[in-house]
Amino acid sequence: MTLIGEHGMPIEVLLVEDSPGDVRLTQEAFRDANRSIRLHVANDGVEAMAFLRNQGVHVHAPRPDLILLDLNLPRMDGREVLATIKDDENLKTIPTVILTTSDAEADIVKSYQLQANCYLTKPVQLDAFESLVKSINDFWLVKAKLPQQQKVSG
Amino acid sequence: MPAQVLLVEDNPGDARLTQEAFRQFNQSMVLHVVADGVEAMAFLRHEGIHAGSPRPDLAVLDLNLPKMDGRTVLAMIKDDDTLKAIPTVILTSSQSDADVFKSYQLQANCFLTKPLRLEAFEDVVKGINDFWLAGINLRQQES
Repeated sequence: MTLIGEHGMPIEVLLVEDSPGDVRLTQEAFRDANRSIRLHVANDGVEAMAFLRNQGVHVHAPRPDLILLDLNLPRMDGREVLATIKDDENLKTIPTVILTTSDAEADIVKSYQLQANCYLTKPVQLDAFESLVKSINDFWLVKAKLPQQQKVSG
Repeated sequence: MPAQVLLVEDNPGDARLTQEAFRQFNQSMVLHVVADGVEAMAFLRHEGIHAGSPRPDLAVLDLNLPKMDGRTVLAMIKDDDTLKAIPTVILTSSQSDADVFKSYQLQANCFLTKPLRLEAFEDVVKGINDFWLAGINLRQQES
């Protein structure tokens, strides 16, 4: 089995984020940190689930190695996406990191109760945000062992 | 209130290493060390000598443990509605794909293989601190 990131195998990251500014920042920060990353973006919870279930336009979407999930999203919010992912036998092994503006204790506790792998509060300052994305790369995509997915084409 | 961390590790050398690494990055945490899975569950359930144990903010769990192995401990934590919100990070010598997959399936928050080099080991512990404990310190400073 080819390990993710090796031999030119891209690392697939799904970013679920409705703020275009934050999407752009994240995209650029990942690009600087790691050339093997393919960042996919869903702007709301419904699209995120369609991506994960390979539905509609996302029929050929790759399985993400990591999901970065905002909590406050239109149409289906991040808490519901998280619960749906972690309730799904096929999807629950995908490490899902909450990346959100909220630092409310209630949101943190609830997210961990729903089995979020990690909870991160987005820094307000630009360079702190970039630094956070870089450290997400360093820790989750380099140091941590992620479940090897069967890369199925088509 | 310092962050409370439960380390489940049967190798005293590794336990010592982990303790010292954490101390470097986080001076306001308390590390509790237990050496087998049975004692880990007693700690988490406040049983016996652990009747007054605090609830950990993080559990760092080796897989290969005497009496009750880490896989079982992980499954028990994540099956228990009162314990499953405790972030549980696997820190083990195992590199096996099967162990990795099984751990995430059991809802481990993260799987890390113990590096052999000291510097890399400290880096991993720093990462654990940054991702699961730093936020706690921050929120407590603000409150």
